[in-house]
Amino acid sequence: MTQVLIIGAGPAGLAAAEHALEAGAEVTVLDQADAPGGQYHRMPPEVYAARHPRRWTELLGRCTWWPESTVWALENRKVHVLRGEPDGTGRRKHTIEPDALVLATGAHDRTLPFPGWQLPGVFTAGAAQALAKGERVAVGRRVLVAGAGPFLLPVAESLLQVGAEVVAVMEANPAATVLKGWGFPTAKAGELARYALTLARHRVPYHFGRVVVEARGDDRVREVVTARVRADWSVVPGTERTYEVDAVCVGHGFTPQPELAVAAGCLLDNGFVRVGDDQRTTVTDVFAAGEITGIGGAEAAAAEGAVAGCAAAGGTPSRELRNRRDRARAFAKRLARAHPIGAAWPGWLHDNTIICRCEETTYGALKDAIGSGPHALKLGTRAGLGPCQGRICGPTVAELCGGAERHHRPIVQPIRLGELADPKETHP
Amino acid sequence: MSGYLLPRDRDPIGRTDTPIQITVDGTPVPGIAGQTVAGILLAAGRTSWRTTRSGAPRGVFCGIGACFDCFLTVNGVPDVRACRRRAADGDEIRTQSRQEGA
Repeated sequence: MTQVLIIGAGPAGLAAAEHALEAGAEVTVLDQADAPGGQYHRMPPEVYAARHPRRWTELLGRCTWWPESTVWALENRKVHVLRGEPDGTGRRKHTIEPDALVLATGAHDRTLPFPGWQLPGVFTAGAAQALAKGERVAVGRRVLVAGAGPFLLPVAESLLQVGAEVVAVMEANPAATVLKGWGFPTAKAGELARYALTLARHRVPYHFGRVVVEARGDDRVREVVTARVRADWSVVPGTERTYEVDAVCVGHGFTPQPELAVAAGCLLDNGFVRVGDDQRTTVTDVFAAGEITGIGGAEAAAAEGAVAGCAAAGGTPSRELRNRRDRARAFAKRLARAHPIGAAWPGWLHDNTIICRCEETTYGALKDAIGSGPHALKLGTRAGLGPCQGRICGPTVAELCGGAERHHRPIVQPIRLGELADPKETHP
Repeated sequence: MSGYLLPRDRDPIGRTDTPIQITVDGTPVPGIAGQTVAGILLAAGRTSWRTTRSGAPRGVFCGIGACFDCFLTVNGVPDVRACRRRAADGDEIRTQSRQEGA
């Protein structure tokens, strides 16, 4: 029986599991979190005993399911796993060598820097969503949501559901770009209408063509300055407006998390894992699905996962599965065109604006180092050398300084020296 | 004004709260079972618990384990991401600093 290992239990990984089982494989699914679902289907913990449907129990019952499992390295097809509490000590070390591997590691928010974004109380849009959906915590009482992309709407909805006041939602792109991209009428029109209704019911204004240009405060955010931007996101002077808030949630789309694909030797195109018609990467028996192959949202991720799971198990994905994936991808492409990142955004940066949050590298320091080559740039400014290993600033530094973003992280997730030195392997 | 946990009686998901208590630099902070350390701290009105090399305050940013801004020390173990670790009753939390000599 073909042994398929699926890394990531979000929409892509779960669909892959279902279809790999269907094609007759023995399936192992692992995820860093202690519950399946990924960021999209995040739910309150079981101990909350909420009236919330617990899904995938039956599916994962037919797999080997490893929650709280972190893949920290990958050599050829040997997968090194740590099992136990996040960032704990003495987690159990395992290695797995499956016949086929499905990478479904997802994405995290991309937030473009702006003056003051390092202040406590400034969050990514995803953070507000995770805390509201995952544990019923509101990040603030008066919150402004801004950035670009359809994701801002469910984030605002989640905040309203935990009782926060959302002072405004701001999409940087002009209405014309957004509406043209969504292409009315669309299958998603119903979903969009529902969000619009929710915002209207709570009297939350939704602005097109406005951005956050500064967060202000001493020890934490106290107010946020917004401004009107043109279609290229250049700021229109004199249009600034200040809001008193205790939290700001900003997101400009997503950044893929392709470290494991890189460690497996897969080729990337502009940061995304290159896949063929059956989600096969450029490495034999390694498949990829979901946001790491292109930002497309949960539906596209699940459609890709279905194809990947079937193919990884040695099956032939049906025409129907492929068509569903192609349709979902085409819609995702349209959405991306509806919410582009305007090229003039660095115009709102000042020389003392922090770009690398970990090392507190400023825009001015980066500009001075441009042209010194990628290594000198890193060593000279320390941008990307902090604990997050360039996950947050990587795309921005690459854009501001030229050159491609590197996702090469031999230690994919932090492992403690004691755990690394411990020769003990636990056998499943 | 700051973050908060939606009170149980106003939460339509109909949850059951099991109270727990952790300490932060020795001060007791209440929470409920299932919350992350970050969730408990935010709900208690704290927005920051770490200082950077320059001494600037930091707390949660990405909320899903990617940015490493929310590091703190849990029961003597440093560099634990507060957004990913579920709190256990009695956890002793210490805030962290990356400042030289701190």
